Amino acid sequence: MLENGWNSFEIGTILRPFEGSASDVAHILPEDRTYSKSNSFSVSVADWRIEKPLLKLDECIHCQFCWIYCPDMSIISRDKKMVSIDFDHCKGCGICVEVCPTNALLMFPEQQDEAAALANWPEAKNNEVKEN
Amino acid sequence: MAELFELNAIEVWDGNMAASHALRQAQVDVVAAYPITPSTPIVENYGTFMANGYVDGEYVMAESEHGAMSCCIGAAAAGGRVATATSSQGFALMLETLYSASGMRLPILLNVVNRAIAAPLNVNGDHSDMYMGRDSGWIQIDCYNPQDVYDMNLVAFRVSEDHDIRLPAMVHQDGFMTSHTAQRVKTLPDDVAYNFVGEYKPMNDMLDLDNPVTHGAQTEEDWHFEHKARQHHALMSDVIPKIQKAFDELKTLTGRQYNLVEKYNMDDAEIAIVCMGTSVETAEEVSNELRAQGIKAGVVGIRVFRPFPLEQIAAALKNTKAIATLDRSSPNGTVGMLFNEISGALFNTDTKTVLTNYIYGLGGRDLTKSSLHSVYRHLQANAQAGHPTTPLQQFIGLRGPVLSFF
Repeated sequence: MLENGWNSFEIGTILRPFEGSASDVAHILPEDRTYSKSNSFSVSVADWRIEKPLLKLDECIHCQFCWIYCPDMSIISRDKKMVSIDFDHCKGCGICVEVCPTNALLMFPEQQDEAAALANWPEAKNNEVKEN
Repeated sequence: MAELFELNAIEVWDGNMAASHALRQAQVDVVAAYPITPSTPIVENYGTFMANGYVDGEYVMAESEHGAMSCCIGAAAAGGRVATATSSQGFALMLETLYSASGMRLPILLNVVNRAIAAPLNVNGDHSDMYMGRDSGWIQIDCYNPQDVYDMNLVAFRVSEDHDIRLPAMVHQDGFMTSHTAQRVKTLPDDVAYNFVGEYKPMNDMLDLDNPVTHGAQTEEDWHFEHKARQHHALMSDVIPKIQKAFDELKTLTGRQYNLVEKYNMDDAEIAIVCMGTSVETAEEVSNELRAQGIKAGVVGIRVFRPFPLEQIAAALKNTKAIATLDRSSPNGTVGMLFNEISGALFNTDTKTVLTNYIYGLGGRDLTKSSLHSVYRHLQANAQAGHPTTPLQQFIGLRGPVLSFF
């Protein structure tokens, strides 16, 4: 698309997310889909963040609340098991941490070293399940 | 399947009923509407047709004109044939969404029953709303009587939905003078009218689930300009030939001839009035009266207002000696729109014709034959003198002392 002139793109203010037909796209993992050049999948918005969520899998009960609530589809989960966070598309809004019923997701400053954070993971403030 | 509506070869319809039947015959998929005088009967009649089984589509009662046009935009992006109607304040409320419709290259037919814009509040006809839409990127076709309204609705669907065009279209008629004045209208049988319009062919439709598409994307300084240029190019280059082709085929089908620029008594005309809407027919009658006296008076009516047929108008007018442009909208701080447009069309030609401007008929004030006679008398004096003998802009049919400028 970027090489196009005014007379060579499709008319209307339209964008196509995929190259070709997408009839079976629900069965293809996001990283394996045939995105079009105008799709934002390859664009990183990591520099929008000032804080980032980190995941401690030991504390995770795989409830998938974060996966459902994330507005940017940045929670990576496979077969209903949490895997990691997509830091190319996470904007650091913190909704996942808000909805997490355990101590598995916490916000840290963007420059925080992940290994150090996991090694010194804060204790849960109390044992009550958060009201959502 | 919609019921067949049996029409007489000639019906007595006002402009609104003519528009309603054209929408019905085109078998519009979605009409989303909010009523406003004087356009209300268009969608009201259409709703009756639907309730009685003559229409298969959907009818959405919107919460405002802004909502009505927004529904139309959504339905057009989804992939349906879409139409609605409005006037005046409703048109003004739609204005934001009109730019979305054209920028998104969605074919939507909007019947605009021209009416004054408040304040003062006024339900009668002038061209203020039509003029407001002229930079919105829509095709604008003007009608002078109910027959025109019927025919131009059919033409507008064809042109607007053409895959080389994909631009929305307005069909304009004068509030009350056309919309509520019953006249004879020659009709087409339902199947003939439908075949003239043609089956709707979707393009980039959102209901094509195998090929998902985002409509209404954002661009900034990086791509906005290219999109607007592409849209302008389509309007400027592709629309006029397609309208001409539709006019030609309509003539073959019905014998009725329409032209981008309607010329009347113009072949050897020395003085000419340029105007729009119902005023064209009044001016034609006056020009016939003058012709009977040996005065070479003609009339140029604008049929296609956007895209503006600049070359055809220049050709129609360049051999005259004096022209009056009649604007039925308050220019509020300058000369009338038609004065500017006609000046622009003639400026780089070698014509020496004299051009003046008249403001008339605001809020439904009648344009009388005696006013038009006096305009032609001014034009005779201008033609003889070779320069304006009056101020450039004059108000006609106005109470009180003469109002003029420049």
